[in-house]
Amino acid sequence: MAKQYEFRIKGLPYLLVLPQMVIVFIFFFWPSAQAIWQSFFLQDPFGGQYIFVGLENYRVLFTDESSAYAQSFWVSVVFAVSVTVLAMSLSLFLAVQANKKIRAASFYKTMMIWPYAVATLIAGVLWLFMFNPNVGVVAWFLKHKLGYEWQYLLNTGQALTLLILAASWRQMSYNFVFFLAGLQSVPADFIEAAAIDGAGPARRFWKIIFPILSPTSFYLLVMNLVYGFFETFPIVHQVTAGGPGKSTAILVYKVWRDGVVNLDLGSSSAQSVILMLMVIGLTVVQFRFIERRVNY
Amino acid sequence: MKRFSLLMLALLLCASTVFAQIQIDWWHAMTGKNAAALEELTKRFNDSQTAYKVVPVYKGSYSDTMNAGIAAFRAKQAPHIIQVYEVGTATMMNAGGAVYPAYKLMKDAGEKFDPKAYIPTITGYYSTSKGEMLSLPFNSSTAVMYYNKDAFRKAGLDPEKPPVTWPEFFETAKKLKASGMEGGFSTNWISWIQLENFSAWHNQSFGTKNNGFDGLDTKLVFNTPLTLKHLQTIYDLSKDKTFIYGGRENKANPLFTSGTVGMHFESIGGYGNFKNTCKFDFGVARLPYYSDVKDAPQNTIIGGASLWVFNGKPKEDYKGVAKFFTFLSQPESQAYWHQTTGYLPITVAAYELTKKQGFYDTNPGPEVAIKQLLNKAPTGNSRGIRFGNFNIIREIEDQTWEDILAGKISVKDGLDKMVNDGNAELRKFERLYKK
Repeated sequence: MAKQYEFRIKGLPYLLVLPQMVIVFIFFFWPSAQAIWQSFFLQDPFGGQYIFVGLENYRVLFTDESSAYAQSFWVSVVFAVSVTVLAMSLSLFLAVQANKKIRAASFYKTMMIWPYAVATLIAGVLWLFMFNPNVGVVAWFLKHKLGYEWQYLLNTGQALTLLILAASWRQMSYNFVFFLAGLQSVPADFIEAAAIDGAGPARRFWKIIFPILSPTSFYLLVMNLVYGFFETFPIVHQVTAGGPGKSTAILVYKVWRDGVVNLDLGSSSAQSVILMLMVIGLTVVQFRFIERRVNY
Repeated sequence: MKRFSLLMLALLLCASTVFAQIQIDWWHAMTGKNAAALEELTKRFNDSQTAYKVVPVYKGSYSDTMNAGIAAFRAKQAPHIIQVYEVGTATMMNAGGAVYPAYKLMKDAGEKFDPKAYIPTITGYYSTSKGEMLSLPFNSSTAVMYYNKDAFRKAGLDPEKPPVTWPEFFETAKKLKASGMEGGFSTNWISWIQLENFSAWHNQSFGTKNNGFDGLDTKLVFNTPLTLKHLQTIYDLSKDKTFIYGGRENKANPLFTSGTVGMHFESIGGYGNFKNTCKFDFGVARLPYYSDVKDAPQNTIIGGASLWVFNGKPKEDYKGVAKFFTFLSQPESQAYWHQTTGYLPITVAAYELTKKQGFYDTNPGPEVAIKQLLNKAPTGNSRGIRFGNFNIIREIEDQTWEDILAGKISVKDGLDKMVNDGNAELRKFERLYKK
């Protein structure tokens, strides 16, 4: 058990947590309650008309083909998993390389961390400018020098690939910092002992370094999935706007689009509630496993 | 101490003169040179009198601005005036007590207001079918064809004779491509230009009930053989890149400005932009039409935004709003707005004034657009479009058009899908507002 401190004034602890509770209430509980409430209604944006429809907003999402919610869900899964795998594996590889005794290591490290300073929205704009079929430099090169038919405005595979690359590029820096810190905390004598026992570099990595890194990796896995699912909205917004068709409209993009642009508040609220449940689920997983694994 | 109280007194006096002025808040979505022109107009109004002070506030994109207005209204903090894009018209109209209709505002405030002074195709878009103006048109544009005169010359075509009919247009596009261009033509706003304006220009119903003006029980009916033929032709030409797709909304512009294609469809609002960016000689022409359609060409419809007035402010404030609207409608204000931004003037007088000032001698483009709007007296098919959930309907059209071009769905099935899915949105809107 942790140490406990007895407050002399009875009400003081409550008073001290009050500001935090007020913030949580105003910015989390109140809007969440409103979202749940609104998800049961069909309403006009000005709040003049409210029609209670029960679970209809949810039912439409799950059964109505034209809402394309299932499609949006699967695109989000593919997207988040791809971003996670790509961003984590590449950054682990680069962190291992940067952790070696190489010349100008700090230069490499700085360069690697840099993209994280770029706001997600700006990252989207950067990639847009490179790859847009009408104005992009890389797009021009692909089309005119390599003869590759680059038209992500109509080709779903290309659009999704571009989004995954753009989102991973930015997230790699974050992963890199954590992996590098993790690698630097691996005791050198473990490695030396293993080397003396005749373990090659690959064996040393998989048998010693990788297990020691596993709490970091697990933490990053959760963070990357959350990033892929929820924080990549600006990239989608900038680069594809959910197109071609509806094929890259990931869940968070769809919530925003349906609510803010299309003013369908009922459906948008229902979608937010579903997202909220997903985040709660992910958080529970994170706490249960990380709490357990962190004391290896 | 004495000096301090004197200072306080002076401050109080200043404050009281400010308080005597009624502040009128105006939320808008204009940026760049359009925002500068908007501010100049406001300044002119504020300088012209002392009773009212109009304060324009930029609130982001059209949808951001509308959302901000809605949220503010729900929180009882609405501005007096808000700029709303044309697709939001039905939502604003049905907002019930939230909106103070412009015609009523002008009458209550005793401002001289003659709806006939306005260009009918422009005000019609924001009026009831009885002709009562609900909002004041502010920035209006319409779709025109832009063509690269240098490319025409290179392909051996007469740069002063742009194609007039669609068959001629497609032939010209092929010739441009054959002359060495990467593509023949492209278009912005597939929904607004190739469906809505296309229907109006051919006097074909886009939706029943006069395109939704006469009731919420309107249905989309634009999946006609004519539209099918048109989209099928464009789709077929996309195969060999005679048509190049450049994205939704106005994202296809770089295809024209970079000389990738020789002809392009875009709002006349983009004229100034093209004048700045095109390194070649370009011209503006009317939209082509199919000459075998009896009533074609009819007139095109507008896009853009209008100014809506929120309810719930003191009566005195509305006098100021009405005076400001009168000021905005004056030929000088309109001519200034038209000539600086490229948006169309909303009154006939402003058009005449601009003509007299010789503006069109050096800028022939905008006049093409005005003439296109005034081509014939508008019919029920060409007065405008009045749909609820209009934004979603356009989105469905854009998305389905991409699926058509990607070969995921045939042109015919795609067109039917646009109509069916769009109708579902119309029914949803009707259900919400049916009394």
